[in-house]
Amino acid sequence: MMELQQLYTDLILEYNKDKTNKRKIDAPTIAEHGHNASCGDDITLEVKMDGDVIADLAYTGSGCAISQASAAMMAELLKGRTIDDALRLVRLFLDMIRGKETDETKLEELEAAVSLKDISQLPVRVKCAVLGWHTLEIALEKLEAMTQEKQNG
Amino acid sequence: MNLTAIRQDFPILKTEVGGRPVVYFDNAATTQKPLPVLQAAMDYSLRRCGNPHRGAHYFSIAASAAYDGSKETVRRFLGAASTREIIYTRNTTESLNLVARSFAEPRLHPGDKILITIAEHHSNLIPWQRAAQKTGAKLDYIYVDKETGHFLPEDLEKLDDPAVKLVALAHVSNVLGIDYDPKPLIERAHAHGAVVVLDGAQSAPHKKIDVADLGCDFFAFSGHKMCAAGGIGVLYGREALLEEMEPFLLGGDMIDTVSEQDTSFAELPAKFEAGTQYVEGAVSLEAAIRYVEAIGWDAIRAQEKKLVARTLAGLAAMPHIQILGPTDPAEKEGLVSFEVEDVHPHDVAQILSASGICIRTGHHCAEPLHKYLGVNASCRASFYFYNTEEEVDYFLEKLKGVRPMMGYDE
Repeated sequence: MMELQQLYTDLILEYNKDKTNKRKIDAPTIAEHGHNASCGDDITLEVKMDGDVIADLAYTGSGCAISQASAAMMAELLKGRTIDDALRLVRLFLDMIRGKETDETKLEELEAAVSLKDISQLPVRVKCAVLGWHTLEIALEKLEAMTQEKQNG
Repeated sequence: MNLTAIRQDFPILKTEVGGRPVVYFDNAATTQKPLPVLQAAMDYSLRRCGNPHRGAHYFSIAASAAYDGSKETVRRFLGAASTREIIYTRNTTESLNLVARSFAEPRLHPGDKILITIAEHHSNLIPWQRAAQKTGAKLDYIYVDKETGHFLPEDLEKLDDPAVKLVALAHVSNVLGIDYDPKPLIERAHAHGAVVVLDGAQSAPHKKIDVADLGCDFFAFSGHKMCAAGGIGVLYGREALLEEMEPFLLGGDMIDTVSEQDTSFAELPAKFEAGTQYVEGAVSLEAAIRYVEAIGWDAIRAQEKKLVARTLAGLAAMPHIQILGPTDPAEKEGLVSFEVEDVHPHDVAQILSASGICIRTGHHCAEPLHKYLGVNASCRASFYFYNTEEEVDYFLEKLKGVRPMMGYDE
């Protein structure tokens, strides 16, 4: 069994308490709600776009330390990125948590979020770690579709 | 009550996590099984296994005797008049679904009301939601005082509404731990002919049940929350109501005669027991009833009250703990739900789990109650007679370490 200190690292506890991006955004381009039915955790992500670039990314809701730290790390990492770049990183994170991507050099790109790597050893907490990222993936895919529609139209 | 001897019957309690025996405080979810119950089920499979009511041979007769014999024990356990009133199901959930499907749905009409409480478990809520959606009846709620957890007196007046045709309520709340003392509520609903369904999932394992005294029309409980195997549950129903109801599931052993185009159904209780039944489960339930009855209800309640009182006293001394529902041990039945300020229940459970302590977290299948109370999720410690005061002390000590672990003051 994983030791508690491996799960609740100083970095994760620090991001859990960091509420910089736990807030509402004024007039977001898109808002996406996600929840874990089994535990009642929920998150609302808001994204404000400036052209193809994520100008602001914030979240509200409630969840455990893992889900909160994970969302804080995600917001910090993806602000200022293009949709394509953000989607690529979201999928890289999801692959890391599912144990599909283990190449540490590649994972370095995830910055602080790489510290959640060992969650893949704790199946019951995987859903906590991916809640924000999975919700963002849905939002980004919608934004991507909206952008393509505009281009086609 | 000899606790040391009782704990010898539960070898699983010796399981070590981190060099120390586990502390199992998730008894409201499911209880552990004692050796005599496990042995009874195994004995059936070793010596008497057959398909009951289906043959003239030795094993079918032995299986019929085991199955029918267990029913008589359940009848006596519940204080029912006849085994015709005892239906085996998989669990409380299936029992309640049976009532919703076979009793409520064919009888409700637009303008009728189903009355339940906000403190219900999802299994005593969703079946009524669907019954309301299908029939056009209205689903209404009795709300509780957010502090005390007791029903709002003005909402209890809803029981007197003649449009209320069915009332379904938990005997004991699986979140607040309150015994809702349903007898006067049942009498009130009966005054204008409403039918009352009691969810006994959290009461039957902990106290003497007498359906005749309670006066309820239906009573449901699960075996696995009282030392029996998983997968065996019970529905008690008033015989006259069961007689007039349509069968729930159709198939083997629930028929009288079958022709190509039509079927007449078997007598009670077989009418509601389609297919080969879970005889091992029935035998296990009978053994479990005998086991808890041998310990005795007074001893069980005394032990649980002691554990609840000690837990509540310990929690009261911690400044960052909020308890859901009443804080007086006299009003709490065997379980305590709480929140730890700043720390999500899942983190609390994870941290306690590293010390071998098993508690439940989440909304305990009572999402509407949690939303109503303005709580996203909570922690729950629930006890059974085999738990000890030493375990409570250990749990309290480890709980004190949760906030510091997460970077907050104790």
